[in-house]
Amino acid sequence: MTILTASNIGISFGGIKAVDDVSFSVDAGRILSIIGPNGAGKTTLFNVVSGLYVADRGHVELMGEDVTGCAPEALAALGLSRTFQNLQIFQRMTAAENVMVGRHLRERCHLLSDLFRLPSVTRQNRATREAALALLDEVGLRRRADQLAGSLPYGACKRIEIARALAAEPRVLLLDEPAAGCNSVETEEIDHLVRRVANKGIAVVLVEHDMKLVMKVSDRVLVLERGRPLTEGTPREVRDNPAVLEAYLGKHGARGAARA
Amino acid sequence: MPAWLGHRSLTLIVLAAIVVLLPLGFPSSYYFRVASLVWVSAFAAVGLNILMGQAGQVSLGHAGFFGIGAYAVAIGPAHVGLPSWGALLIGAVISAALAWLVGRPILRLKGHYLAIATLGLGVLVALVITTESRWTGGPDGMSVAKLSLLGWRATGSSTWYWITGGVLVAGTWIALNLGETPTGRAFRALHDSEVAARVAGVDVARFKLQAFVIAAVYASLAGSMLAMMNGFVNPDQAGFLHSVELVTMVVLGGLGSVVGSIVGAAMLITLPQVLTVFQEYEHLLLGLIIIVSMIFMRDGIVPTVSRWLAGRVRT
Repeated sequence: MTILTASNIGISFGGIKAVDDVSFSVDAGRILSIIGPNGAGKTTLFNVVSGLYVADRGHVELMGEDVTGCAPEALAALGLSRTFQNLQIFQRMTAAENVMVGRHLRERCHLLSDLFRLPSVTRQNRATREAALALLDEVGLRRRADQLAGSLPYGACKRIEIARALAAEPRVLLLDEPAAGCNSVETEEIDHLVRRVANKGIAVVLVEHDMKLVMKVSDRVLVLERGRPLTEGTPREVRDNPAVLEAYLGKHGARGAARA
Repeated sequence: MPAWLGHRSLTLIVLAAIVVLLPLGFPSSYYFRVASLVWVSAFAAVGLNILMGQAGQVSLGHAGFFGIGAYAVAIGPAHVGLPSWGALLIGAVISAALAWLVGRPILRLKGHYLAIATLGLGVLVALVITTESRWTGGPDGMSVAKLSLLGWRATGSSTWYWITGGVLVAGTWIALNLGETPTGRAFRALHDSEVAARVAGVDVARFKLQAFVIAAVYASLAGSMLAMMNGFVNPDQAGFLHSVELVTMVVLGGLGSVVGSIVGAAMLITLPQVLTVFQEYEHLLLGLIIIVSMIFMRDGIVPTVSRWLAGRVRT
């Protein structure tokens, strides 16, 4: 079942076409990777799909519903979660609280009951914390649950973001460079984590520079170059496509790589 | 029982104990009066801290709401024949409504722009109070009827000490409650990263507005209490300098720390009284103390000291 479809997305900033006529779709339980050299428009595409930017052209469909131009909080309510390439962590909150915010839409939030902290609020808090701890366990951070997120290392913050995104119980998860700044062991963990997420039936869209990870986990790979789609296919098809190598290394480098 | 719950009850118990035990050391009614002033200002600061410390939105016009509360209990009984407590409630409702109406457009602004917009709101309220002299007595202010409930009249410094102290404990309880709830977490989340909060489904505009309205109601109630306690109001209470004073209390004590707001208010109210022994150097010293605390305790007094104490305990 197709969860997320983006068709003919286009957006320009001051005459520069950051994303130009890009389309993709992803099914439940599948992993689509979007790769391309720096500046190819991957993060911009994510920002359009998650509602942070409004596209000049094109449509986004979530669960068959047209959600073009919807605000991020509305998309979140419809089941779209994401992480960020540049960390967007709540620094002054603990790791557990960060993930608890991720459950915001699953909680009943009523101002007066919160002000007087009715027993129902305390009960709900306990359940939310339990759920958050389970997710932190899943990303290997249970032990750090009550530390301030701002005091944790980069790799841990990346995983908090993933746990926070999962806390919303999304239908589709957009991961923007989850393995950036991680060592090979941590990258391996991300690999397993992404697979587990997909196995739960969540559609995953992954932007990543770590090619080993991309080739291992992806069902499909979409290659962007300067905002335009270059090719799309299985990891093998993409790897064997000379145009992809050329996009990364230039004509000269690609010839060198082919000879080597 | 999780650790934060214990911390919350402990804070309340200590605060209540201070309010109850402090008068044992008071040699004269003057001390009751100064302490009541501290409780009133602390109450307003605790409310402002919800907006500034938790939700991270500045308000440089908060004395405007303080003024609305103060003038409500002055005008209500004098011109409309309302009982004082009814006027107090109506003042709070007017403050909440104004905060809601004005907050919707201006809370889209960020940082300095929001500061200027809220400043404008405060100036506007002060201006209305000063010019509508038929109702407000203009720049000279007006007298305020005593609070009476079922035939009992609240007069005297010690009576007001207990009223303001009790209200502060209640206000602190609510502020402490809020921190660890979905609403409080939404406030703190949008403070740290609006974009991440929105992606997590937090309706940022709605929560900013809620924080603004809560802080406005706190300020309004504080204004009403001060006016009834003094038996007199003047436009300075709604003025820009008073807004700055409230912000200073919150920042000095520690943004985001409920106890910090109380400590900040206590310092800003009691220091000028203590420093009078230095006569003409009073204001110079007050300024210096504020500057030095901000240099050495940038996160505010309470967060810095508690971090320092935690370090001591561990080693």
